[in-house]
Amino acid sequence: MKVDQHVKLPFEAVVARHGATVLRVVRAVVGHADADDAWSDTFLAALKAYPQLPADANTEAWLVTIAHRKAIDITRAASRRAVPVADTPDSPARERADAHDLDLDAAVGALPPKQRQAVAYHYLAGLPYSEIAALLDSSVAAARRAAADGIATLRRTYPRIDNPRNHHDHA
Amino acid sequence: MTTHDLIGHFPVDQDHLRRLHNRLERDAQASDLLDIAYRTVDSGLGPLLVAATPQGLLRVAFASEGHDLVLQNLSERISPRMLEAPTRLDPIARQLDEYFTGHRHSFDVELDWSLSHGFRRTVLGHLATDIAYGDTASYATLARLSGSPRAVRAVGTACATNPIPIVVPCHRVIRSDGTVGSYRGGPTAKRALLDLERDR
Repeated sequence: MKVDQHVKLPFEAVVARHGATVLRVVRAVVGHADADDAWSDTFLAALKAYPQLPADANTEAWLVTIAHRKAIDITRAASRRAVPVADTPDSPARERADAHDLDLDAAVGALPPKQRQAVAYHYLAGLPYSEIAALLDSSVAAARRAAADGIATLRRTYPRIDNPRNHHDHA
Repeated sequence: MTTHDLIGHFPVDQDHLRRLHNRLERDAQASDLLDIAYRTVDSGLGPLLVAATPQGLLRVAFASEGHDLVLQNLSERISPRMLEAPTRLDPIARQLDEYFTGHRHSFDVELDWSLSHGFRRTVLGHLATDIAYGDTASYATLARLSGSPRAVRAVGTACATNPIPIVVPCHRVIRSDGTVGSYRGGPTAKRALLDLERDR
């Protein structure tokens, strides 16, 4: 397909291009258990609003904005249900068959929400700090600091973060 | 810490994305947000793209038209709320299979005529009902059936731009001298469909 950022693609192409990134982001922000619901809510809301999105808009940033709001809704609903947080790891480097890392989930889940969001939006979705600041209703400096603090904590709580994994997909 | 490093720690499994896609198809359909569903169907003439709105079958496209271009065009003309969602297309996919194996002589699906207007729409409407399986008609005959006997050239254009080929059987319209004439899927495809129908 011709890649022209000023042509609005069929929504299917939006899902194909950004589905994996949005899944990583919501997995980091709401945790593995609620990630599917957050992904589904995000793309259904995006489908509804898509005809109004300007053709030259940054689609991925727009999706992350929607995911951010949907994640907040899901987190609020989850706290009303008072479900306990994910179980704590009892041995290092546990992984499930689907290759998601329970230790990483726990480490990311233990970050304060703003740090978790800043890390996800910057390091998983590649959003600039100016846009993250708008999402988090904070200054650019505060958004940058939240991401840096989050990464610093993860380096302590999940040392493997500096070891590249080689079996992830490149979708 | 680069972006890529952390991404590597969040592997995404393609099967998982497919399951999420299936769920999105169902949710979109249930929420009345799936303006266009599409899929491809293997046929004796290569892969066919079929696309439908809630009103009915909107488009059938040959591979030679460029399926991505066709989808982009539908997105701009009808709605960008499109998903590859096979369920809505199950009946037409089954009927196309039956047609290409010679077991079906007419299609029983609702049609969405949004891509055809005016005289072209009139011509295609007659085409859909007046020329039976295995028969052929000339462009002049179809012009007469459409109420404008002198509009032979316009009939040719209507057939050449038929958005729902095969199902709306523009392949049954041939030149008065018996040669097949032009076709959206190419003259070879037109010949193949005429041969298929002659072997009934």
